[in-house]
Amino acid sequence: MISDQFPALIIVFPLIIAFWINIVGWWWKRPCFYMSMLALSVSFISSLGMLNTVISKGTIHYRLGGWEPPWGIEYVVDHLNALILIIVSFVGLVVGIYSKKSIEKEISESKIPQFYSIYTLLVMGLLGMTVTGDAFNLYVLLEIASLAGYALIALGEDGAPLASFNYVIMGTIGACFYLLGVGYLYIVTGSLNMADLSQLLPNLYHSKVVLVAFAFLMVGVAIKMAFFPLHIWLPDAYTHAPSSVSAFVAATMTKVGAYVMIRVMFTIFKPYFSIEMLPATTILCWIAVAAMIYGCILAIAQNDIKRMLCYIIIAEVGYIVMGISVGNRMGFTGAVLHIMNDAFMMACLFLAVGAVYYKTGARTISGYKALFKKMPLTSGSFAIGALSVIGIPPTCGFFSKWYLVLGAINAQQWAFAVALLVSSLLSAVVFFRILQNMFFSPNENPPIPPLEKGGEGGFEKQGKGIFPHEAPASMLIPIFITVAGILLLGVYSGQIISTIIQFTVPEGF
Amino acid sequence: MIIRLEDIIIKTICRLLIPFIQLFGLYVIAHGHGSPGGGFQGGCILAASFILILIAFDLSEAKRRFSEKLNNFFNNFGVFLYAWTGWMCLLLGGNYLDYGKLSRILPVDAVHARYYGVFAVEVGVGITVMAIMISIFLDLITGGKHEEEPEK
Amino acid sequence: MIEYIIAKYNYWVYIVLMMIGFYAMIGKRNLVKKLLGMNIFQWAIILYYVSTASKKGGATIPIVMGAHGHYEPAQAIQYLNPLPHCLMLTAIVVGVSTTGVALALIIMIHRRYKTLEEDEILESLEAFKK
Repeated sequence: MISDQFPALIIVFPLIIAFWINIVGWWWKRPCFYMSMLALSVSFISSLGMLNTVISKGTIHYRLGGWEPPWGIEYVVDHLNALILIIVSFVGLVVGIYSKKSIEKEISESKIPQFYSIYTLLVMGLLGMTVTGDAFNLYVLLEIASLAGYALIALGEDGAPLASFNYVIMGTIGACFYLLGVGYLYIVTGSLNMADLSQLLPNLYHSKVVLVAFAFLMVGVAIKMAFFPLHIWLPDAYTHAPSSVSAFVAATMTKVGAYVMIRVMFTIFKPYFSIEMLPATTILCWIAVAAMIYGCILAIAQNDIKRMLCYIIIAEVGYIVMGISVGNRMGFTGAVLHIMNDAFMMACLFLAVGAVYYKTGARTISGYKALFKKMPLTSGSFAIGALSVIGIPPTCGFFSKWYLVLGAINAQQWAFAVALLVSSLLSAVVFFRILQNMFFSPNENPPIPPLEKGGEGGFEKQGKGIFPHEAPASMLIPIFITVAGILLLGVYSGQIISTIIQFTVPEGF
Repeated sequence: MIIRLEDIIIKTICRLLIPFIQLFGLYVIAHGHGSPGGGFQGGCILAASFILILIAFDLSEAKRRFSEKLNNFFNNFGVFLYAWTGWMCLLLGGNYLDYGKLSRILPVDAVHARYYGVFAVEVGVGITVMAIMISIFLDLITGGKHEEEPEK
Repeated sequence: MIEYIIAKYNYWVYIVLMMIGFYAMIGKRNLVKKLLGMNIFQWAIILYYVSTASKKGGATIPIVMGAHGHYEPAQAIQYLNPLPHCLMLTAIVVGVSTTGVALALIIMIHRRYKTLEEDEILESLEAFKK
């Protein structure tokens, strides 16, 4: 049955296609986009199929090469994986569609086949990190995703190569720390399989080697997910990347990092080790509080909107880590829900900012003045994304923050709840400045600029129709899909929690 | 940026050595699954022979023997060979990379099918490593401008 | 104390190498020096992994004796643990590709700013903004 092979298909199909794109692209540039989208659609369909199987039959175990788990590499898909896989492959597909037009403008034409090849590899690496049940295999796929990420970020505007180089340095430190942690675990247990490790480790919890391994794993993952004091690579790298690349990496890369953190804390190690034996979760909670406040305050200080969103990501990572480490059912539910919602929110905001940049070249707050008159659909979508980040009820951001606050209150940690609310207020300040500029511009009735003549140096030729200043439809539709996602995830969050997320909560909570 | 270097000793020695280097590379690839060695090592040795051509002769001579497009094709084809071997097992009803299932199309039993499956993967890895090594070297010595003619 | 260091000398070597690499990555302002630091850092970890595979008493490489012809498995005492070597083969490849990407970025940076000192690049970036 092909449905039994979904865990392999989700990785292998994009891998094969990515290399064929590279070959075909030398002679023929047109089909590259369609091949990439075909690969990502297959991944998306397989992830849907796997979620279906997981809900009806429980966890999937897939043995690569037919070898028994502790010796061979095993792919494990449970409720948590299946959800993250769907998010990553869906965002990858949507952003891929968007990138067709946006990339044509931002990078030189000769690099387009390579762009799609590397983009497919990036999605494949992130999917692989999510699907694998083997600690070392995770490292390899993490590096595939990171290398693809470095290359894509370096394609961006002036300053991108330096930002990407700093990201290479920091990312390599993170990955090496992770590798070192896995090495220590391998010395003491002789196993690399996550399920096997969690069976073998409890007898060794008082060993110093295991403590060191835990510390290295956590620091490595924290660098990769841009957790607060280790986030310095993120704002530069994501600001200078091409718009569609930053939309994808912002939406998924930090979230997959958060997923790996959950795996390390609650699958490789048992929850009682991470929560009760070590003060790890308490420390993480307080750092997360600092991340929330710091991210939002620095976001206020930014003038470049893309850079501002990057600092918002740092705050969002803080929310997720707080939810994970607060150590109860509500908080964990909120964290997983927030991983999902934040992927959609960040995709929506970055895509909208990219669309504005595509049409007007504006990326500063003052450049967004009276944008609603010119680009009503894009600014409306931006507004919904912004409201969701702030946490206004009909959007999905409200529900995940609700669970996070409940989690903090259940844990009797009032400080965390207060910090979360303060951070939400600060993000409201951040976004209302822009929204005010967009919708209620102080100078009344600003003249709508005449349709520009397309030509060299100028921005894209003006379209026709009802919204002549809007971006092309292939860029608008992905934005609308993410907006619909934000609204639907908000409305159906109850069902999502009862069918999927409640099974992701680790035992012992 | 490679200057043509006219030196009869270097050229003759390289002409003599390169076939043996390549033969050794193929040997290491072919025996990689049963003894020390394998695709990575053999691929590096093969790449070294081409890099020797590049150093001893010049860029245009090396590219006449091994063009950029061919190199690009090989570097993708090797990965494809690896993935396709796994994919065949998948199509034959096994899991991905379950080479035992190749016995259904090969005239051997499952144990030997595994043996040949690993061999196919090693060949794929060897081809890719060779091509990637050459292309990294080309990119670095020319600063990514190997499409253009070298400066004299 | 000195016996303690000598007994576990492989760990000390890897830690010292790793710290050298770490210092170069964090402390140096030249991009190529940072890259070299990164390589030393990665290679230190590879050294550490491979050193964990060793056994006392003359264990060597082969797992299968007489690879061509008749096969007989070697005793566990006779061969090194092959798994760390295999893992590090992958890590070496990852390291080489990271180095390749980083060198490509350095070439891009040098072509654009004509320098590899981080301070000067940042200055020219600032100047470009104004």
